[in-house]
Amino acid sequence: MIVAENIVKSFGSKTALDHVSFHIKQGEYVALLGANGAGKTTLTRILATLTRPSSGHVKIAAMAPKNEAQKIRSRIGVMSHHSFLYDDLTAEENLKFYGRMYGVDELDARIDKLLQKVGLITRRHDRVQTFSRGMQQRLSLARALLHKPPILLLDEPFAGLDVNATEIVKELLDESIAQDNTVLLTVHDIDYAVQNAQRILLLKQGRLLFDKCVEELSHDQIREALAE
Amino acid sequence: MRNGLRQIATIIHKDMVTEMRSKDIVVSMLVFSLIVVAVFNFIFDPGSAQMKATAPGILWVAIIFSGNLGLSRSFAREHENAMMQGLLMCPVDHSLIFVAKVIGNIIFISIVEAISVPIMIVLFDLSIGAEFWKLALILLLGTIGFAGVGTLFSTISANTKSREVMLPILLFPVSIPVILSAVKSTTYLLNHTNSDNVFSWIKILIAFDVIFTVVCFLLYEYVLEE
Repeated sequence: MIVAENIVKSFGSKTALDHVSFHIKQGEYVALLGANGAGKTTLTRILATLTRPSSGHVKIAAMAPKNEAQKIRSRIGVMSHHSFLYDDLTAEENLKFYGRMYGVDELDARIDKLLQKVGLITRRHDRVQTFSRGMQQRLSLARALLHKPPILLLDEPFAGLDVNATEIVKELLDESIAQDNTVLLTVHDIDYAVQNAQRILLLKQGRLLFDKCVEELSHDQIREALAE
Repeated sequence: MRNGLRQIATIIHKDMVTEMRSKDIVVSMLVFSLIVVAVFNFIFDPGSAQMKATAPGILWVAIIFSGNLGLSRSFAREHENAMMQGLLMCPVDHSLIFVAKVIGNIIFISIVEAISVPIMIVLFDLSIGAEFWKLALILLLGTIGFAGVGTLFSTISANTKSREVMLPILLFPVSIPVILSAVKSTTYLLNHTNSDNVFSWIKILIAFDVIFTVVCFLLYEYVLEE
């Protein structure tokens, strides 16, 4: 479903990603770990077709971003630490905007269902600027799931969330995995990654340090790798 | 095709709703253009030949500089919360984002023109009469050319640290042909000279509009890449 081969991304003299390669199969739940500045967000941006690698190849759902970026974008849902929400629009208007851009069928019913799931149905007519960080994150997840994408790229989805909001996001994530969707989750929480993901990718200074099934790893191994 | 038109309409609708609530683009543009008109009105004697001779230039200074303010603000807004990235992740041809943004900017600038131009006509004692539609045509064509080039350069400058400074530095030299033809055609119109002169400059203005808008449309995809 996601194929990355020898991805290199440089910003001037700084190399953010250094020959990173991995394959993610359909329905796999993969956690991407790494310290700040390891290249996790850059990798997510490349997979989300927001930026191109300096060299190397990426294929999403057997399509190359260079030739079929629009088709790829319709199949991925991205959630990052930016909400991608318009402060001056209400929760419902934001979802309607993105729903129309993605050409979602039966949009009103889909919006109702998602707002119910993320616990924002009573705040649907409120502007996003009045929302807390946690509420914006929940709405952002609803935005990412709006077009029922088979691939989810989630960059720190739990950042800034309270316990309740974290539980809601985790529930939605579990639901998405149960539907055989492919998930690449960037996260700092090693415990969560080991307990929930099937595989762990660990990036360190732009290099893929390891790509292993969780059964082959212990917490200590990951912590040591991050600390080295 | 239908899908593309729906996406263009969705972006324009979103920009209009956002602006109706925040009012930060049109209000700042309008205040600026009215200040320009008022200041020049104080400088010259009312109804003097000097005032009438410089009126076309003053009109376009007000439009271009207030337009610059609006263009800068419209893309700065897309970069708050990284909304531009959200837009770029949608399955939309990036050139259609350009079309939607140009139309949105034309609407914002036209609203300002619709208010400030009649005020200027009164304050500067200009006689337009039956030729008002020609002035409206020149204003529309000038606005299309300026908004086309301006949308491209405001996208470029929005990614820079000093975007407010970068935009006029990049935009004004490139848009000189559009500004020149707009000012010349307005001058001939307001001086009531041979209408052939007016139409010959309007034709040049149309040519620049077509060239600039098509080139900017084709370049936009590359501008959005890092």
